[in-house]
Amino acid sequence: MSKNNLVVDRAAHAYTMSRVFDAPRELVWKVCTDPELVPKWWGPRYLTIVVDKMDLKVGGVWRYIQKDAEGNEYAFNGVYKEVVPPERLTYTFEYEPMAGHISTETITFEELPDGKTKITSRTTFNTLEDLEGMLQSGMEGGAVETWDRLEELLAVVRMEKR
Amino acid sequence: MDIFQALADPTRRTIIEMLARDGHLSATQISDRFSISPQAISQHLKVLREVKLVRVEKRAQQRIYQVNPEAMHELEGWARQLRQLWDQRFDALDRVLEMEKKRLKGEAN
Repeated sequence: MSKNNLVVDRAAHAYTMSRVFDAPRELVWKVCTDPELVPKWWGPRYLTIVVDKMDLKVGGVWRYIQKDAEGNEYAFNGVYKEVVPPERLTYTFEYEPMAGHISTETITFEELPDGKTKITSRTTFNTLEDLEGMLQSGMEGGAVETWDRLEELLAVVRMEKR
Repeated sequence: MDIFQALADPTRRTIIEMLARDGHLSATQISDRFSISPQAISQHLKVLREVKLVRVEKRAQQRIYQVNPEAMHELEGWARQLRQLWDQRFDALDRVLEMEKKRLKGEAN
């Protein structure tokens, strides 16, 4: 079972996910904003993450590159909108080949007793279609299976290309 | 319309899957596999052509379709991102926090 609490707010084109971590808030903030530590958790394990830019201030740009074993690169970027250590971080999010589908993520770090921290991540999309696309592709069983199959087929296409 | 919107439609996703599996298919072969009208399939193929998810080549009187590997490559990164979300990210974050706590404890001793 998922440890996360997922709340979808279709009216606001947003979804929220939260989880409690057994670590003090300063440490959680550090792990989320340190360019040396971000690559250890931000992407899937089988991809190498390179932090290309991380100008952690309001208006500063971030850019992460995911690299697969074959050398393909997938880059993501955005601009920081709110930087309030160790409480809140807001930034825009864009996958470069799909430029224009910009979402905004706000991460709130809430201090709990016993040195625990609750992270709430709220992702807001420009359109309801983008939100539905994300929810269908990422979370619902049947659609996830479709994407799995699509990825397998993509692997076949890549083999044929060689 | 862009790739993302083009793929939001289940018929168009099925067409892409068929092409990825079978390599080359004519417009007729594609529409034969659906119960909806050839005109409707033709519209879906037009959308897929416009967003460059498929390539088309004319052979005699036929239009032969195949997937466009470059577009598929871009799509792959996006699909992966969609599927990862915060769920897996939180799992990974949890592991990194445990490692950092151990490291900090080691430094203090």
